[in-house]
Amino acid sequence: MTKPTHGLMAEFETPTSLVNAARAAREKGYRKLDAYSPFPIEELNDALHLHKNKLPLIVLAGGIVGAVTGYMLQYFVTVWYFPINIGGRPLHSWPSYIVITFEMTILFAALSAVLGLLALCGLPMPYHPVFNVPRFALASRNRFFLCIEASDPLFDHDATADFLRRLEPKEVSEVEN
Amino acid sequence: MADERQVIEREQSQEIIAPGYTFGTITDQISAVVLTKHTPLFWMACFGVGIGLLMLLLWSIALLMTEGVGIWGIRAPVMWGFAITNFVWWIGIGHAGTLISAILLLLNQKWRNSINRFAEAMTLFAVACAGMFPLLHLGRPWLFYWLFPYPNSTGVQPQFRSPLVWDVFAVSTYATVSALFWYVGLMPDLATLRDRSQNPVARVIYGVMAMGWRGSARHWSVYETASLLLAGLATPLVLSVHTVVSFDFTIAIVPGWHSTFFPPYFVAGAIYSGFAMVLALAIPLRAVYGLQGLITDKHLENAAKVMLATGLIVGYAYVLETFTAWYSGDVFEGAAFWNRMTGPYSVNYWSLIAFNVVLPQGLWFKRIRTNPVTLFIWSIFVLIGMWLERYVIIVSSLAQDYLNSSWGEFHATRWDWATYLGTIGLFLFLFFLFIRLLPMISIFEVRTLLPQAKVEEEARR
Repeated sequence: MTKPTHGLMAEFETPTSLVNAARAAREKGYRKLDAYSPFPIEELNDALHLHKNKLPLIVLAGGIVGAVTGYMLQYFVTVWYFPINIGGRPLHSWPSYIVITFEMTILFAALSAVLGLLALCGLPMPYHPVFNVPRFALASRNRFFLCIEASDPLFDHDATADFLRRLEPKEVSEVEN
Repeated sequence: MADERQVIEREQSQEIIAPGYTFGTITDQISAVVLTKHTPLFWMACFGVGIGLLMLLLWSIALLMTEGVGIWGIRAPVMWGFAITNFVWWIGIGHAGTLISAILLLLNQKWRNSINRFAEAMTLFAVACAGMFPLLHLGRPWLFYWLFPYPNSTGVQPQFRSPLVWDVFAVSTYATVSALFWYVGLMPDLATLRDRSQNPVARVIYGVMAMGWRGSARHWSVYETASLLLAGLATPLVLSVHTVVSFDFTIAIVPGWHSTFFPPYFVAGAIYSGFAMVLALAIPLRAVYGLQGLITDKHLENAAKVMLATGLIVGYAYVLETFTAWYSGDVFEGAAFWNRMTGPYSVNYWSLIAFNVVLPQGLWFKRIRTNPVTLFIWSIFVLIGMWLERYVIIVSSLAQDYLNSSWGEFHATRWDWATYLGTIGLFLFLFFLFIRLLPMISIFEVRTLLPQAKVEEEARR
């Protein structure tokens, strides 16, 4: 059965009140909640326990793949596929491989950083219910939002709305699905 | 203790941007440049000049394709001429953008927040202009893909031991990573434009480009990690790119090129000319769009200080290379420098010393650093000086190397100048399109500079 709403959203005017509200909701036991702000707020990571993400690992993996690809590409071409004997110098001339290996490391790591960012954020996302709240357009300007989602086990429409109102938001609105 | 620190913090943020801004006014002021129907005359004029010169570029490229590289002044022994000079000049200019966006981010220099966006755009477009020259210089530019290793029927592969092939990888990686970094930085601001635009078409376009960004705390958390990682990757990259560019020279045995200090010397020169370009763009832009509150005199002064510092490094390099030429006892090296100073390119050499070393000493004076008009003039001096530097390094060394019998001179033709001015047109064209269509200052990063963006003490716990 699909729930009729995506959740309830409270609007705040300052980053401080959003961080306080997020922390209060988290302490109350809500887990399916998200905060929206026009700029990154470090304290929100604390409040919502968002400390770890897998991006550094993805970038490390990308970098290693890039380094191996870069080196192997040059090894394959200069030693095996298209060997050129110049005055008997060694075909496996590793010092001259350093630059391209380095550049490929950076290229693959940067590409995996961006693709990893998109993947971990689930972007591009053409539709999301929070945009159904008309005032949510201000989340990219000067307002701060806290949304408790209906999929949370503790979610109860009236009780949650009461709880949000007690946090003294500017407005509490329902997020339609 | 707590009170004292708060006072200091407040003063700092006032220095970076003017007081009295709110999240709303910052957003409105920066996005208004893009979302308005009104286009200032200044924009029209610059864009017009850009388009005009771009047409000149297309004309000279068309002629180059039909007639060949002989339309340029490159003749043996000076086969690099303007093309490589302009390549090195443009790519150097690009470096300041990455320095501002990556290195100053890692160093936690908050003042970068209001200049990083257009500096990164400058990087991207400067690299685009730079990339054209080696390709056009190939002689048959349409075969440029031969530079990359790919399975082919000719059985021939690039020579990975050549610095020219390293350059292909370095510059293409640099262009890709700069574009990615720039786009990632734009995402939250594209969301702002999507939410604020009144025009339905614009809203769809910005919406598609923003990819559904909604400012979620979960996203911001990953986003901050991604920015730091990209900055960490771009920092060694930017240093490596100009190092590899300098390898094009140092790996060769031409006197005047074959020296170990070229990499740091080139990187410093790149940042020097790049900051000059940042100032040359920022000073008119902030005046036209009334952004003095966001790009303050403090920003200009900081950029001028970076310019002075890198200029001193460059000056030191000139002294050192001349000293080394003498001290090495190598007659060819010594002769190369003597020819530089007294030979057919002595006018260029002494003007570059004047533009790059002597005149910038004026930046020691606070009066010059804090006056936008003088600073603008000074940055143009540096741009000219840095172009002359590359010209002298390339042309004077190639013109007079080991054998007197093979000496020659380089004379630029009108098509050399047309191609060079044409890329300036391409740059202006792209840059002013960017100014009109995308926010030139990072909106979300400037929001974090406001004192009210700080979460108050009791909420931190």
